[in-house]
Amino acid sequence: MNKKSHFVKCLLLFVSLAFVFVMLVLPLAVVLIKCLEEGWVTYRSTITDYYTQKALGLTLTATIIATVLNTIFGLFAAWAITKFNFRFKNALTTIIDLPFAISPIIAGLIFIMTFGRIGFLHPFLQAHHIKIVFATPGIVLATLFVTFPFVAREIIPLMNSQGNEEEEAAAMMGANGFTIFFKVTLPKIKWALIYGIILCAARAMGEFGAVSVVSGSIRGKTNTLPLHVEILYNEFKATEAFGVASILVIMAIVILILRNIIEYRSRRESE
Amino acid sequence: MARWKKTKVIPGFGLSMGVVLLYLSLIVIIPLATVFVKSFDSGLSGFMKAAFSQRVVAGYKVSLLCSFIAASVNSIFGIIISWVLVRYDFPCKRIIDGFIDLPFALPTAVAGISLTTLFAKNGWIGQFLYSIGIQSIHSKFGISMALVFIGIPFVVRTIQPVLEDLDIQYEEAAIMLGADRIQIFFRVIVPEIFPALLTGFALAFARGLGEYGSVIFIAGNQPMKTEIAPLLIMSKLGEYDYSGATAIAIVMLFASFMILLLINILQALFSKFSK
Repeated sequence: MNKKSHFVKCLLLFVSLAFVFVMLVLPLAVVLIKCLEEGWVTYRSTITDYYTQKALGLTLTATIIATVLNTIFGLFAAWAITKFNFRFKNALTTIIDLPFAISPIIAGLIFIMTFGRIGFLHPFLQAHHIKIVFATPGIVLATLFVTFPFVAREIIPLMNSQGNEEEEAAAMMGANGFTIFFKVTLPKIKWALIYGIILCAARAMGEFGAVSVVSGSIRGKTNTLPLHVEILYNEFKATEAFGVASILVIMAIVILILRNIIEYRSRRESE
Repeated sequence: MARWKKTKVIPGFGLSMGVVLLYLSLIVIIPLATVFVKSFDSGLSGFMKAAFSQRVVAGYKVSLLCSFIAASVNSIFGIIISWVLVRYDFPCKRIIDGFIDLPFALPTAVAGISLTTLFAKNGWIGQFLYSIGIQSIHSKFGISMALVFIGIPFVVRTIQPVLEDLDIQYEEAAIMLGADRIQIFFRVIVPEIFPALLTGFALAFARGLGEYGSVIFIAGNQPMKTEIAPLLIMSKLGEYDYSGATAIAIVMLFASFMILLLINILQALFSKFSK
């Protein structure tokens, strides 16, 4: 029996490690090896290229705006959902989860249909010379849409499980809403909040489908890093494509490390 | 209003609800409603023609089939990996555990080009697969592989916490009562993790249906064969065929809602049944 269980353990370990190696480690390794295939000089010129820098700037802009707005929204949503009882609470939670169930392409499409040439807001936008689709605001909107559940989803279950006694006590003693939030609630949800923010930022910087629908991929203007990767790859500039991809890979690795650190610290704190 | 005030000591309901509803209306509800309204523009016959033409139906089939294969593969490996991560100790466990989240953090376009390079005829994995006769890119196999990559964290991360909470005493009791390994797995462990597995499967499946970035590079995008539904929306938009794009989008939205609904019903049934 013992020998047999040892065999099963080894087999399961082997299967898991093989899967992780082939499906997850190798794709990461490919990027890092391919981007240096033509040497450091090519790599450096890819990274410092004008269009790459522009794309990086736009990606960072969209990521920062989306993360900040969605964090604020997530906090308000969590406050409303966990501190009060109201009708249609379940409906509201479902709507918040909606972007997880919607294809990124459809997320892009809905903004084209609303703000684009055939959208009902188009005459108004044109009269005021506001450009949304095929411009930075469209990219920001699409990114906002696909990333808005992340923060709310991380903190709502936690705030639900923590209950409201401490907040109620603070309110009885005359604290106002913002004092209660910053002094009582925020310290309790700190790690989950940071965790949600990291997930949100990760998805925002890498969003491809939704952004590619609304961007129009104008180089140096509405091109984000993931779109730039696609353009280079389709022009058969594989080395350059992997070079740009390596920036995103490094960002992804940093995010994974941060995520691990936070999980470790929050676990230690709760013990 | 008076009744509300009595039950609510904590302030901020009006403000937080207002912010949430405003934000949701601007970002989600109004744009989504616009698409539904626009889809009526071309009338029912126009809608049916655009949403169910031969090429589009072939696209739905490719998307459904490959997502289903990928979610099934992920369910099997997901159980094994979460079991190994929860029950065994081995070196580098935390690094392996961290790698599971890679598909969440890695942009899909990057995953797309690197998987394509890996599975191409001269790629590290592709050369083996091609030598045993599997066409690993520009095929449904390739699409499924990309979706396996995208879906694995959904399954592992839903099963893992349930396994962590599973009391080892039940298994010990089963051994005492003379159950063998297979009986323990199917009679003790599977019933406990089944709802989580179902959720993980559904999440991976739903994500696979809508996935775009990681698939388009490896798929080859041949009409009727390896063209996925989201790509069809993209190409309709490229042709300025807005009503065609909307029609496909409505069908896909409907499909993903049905999946979520079905899973909720199954879970409700299951929890009733196990009680």
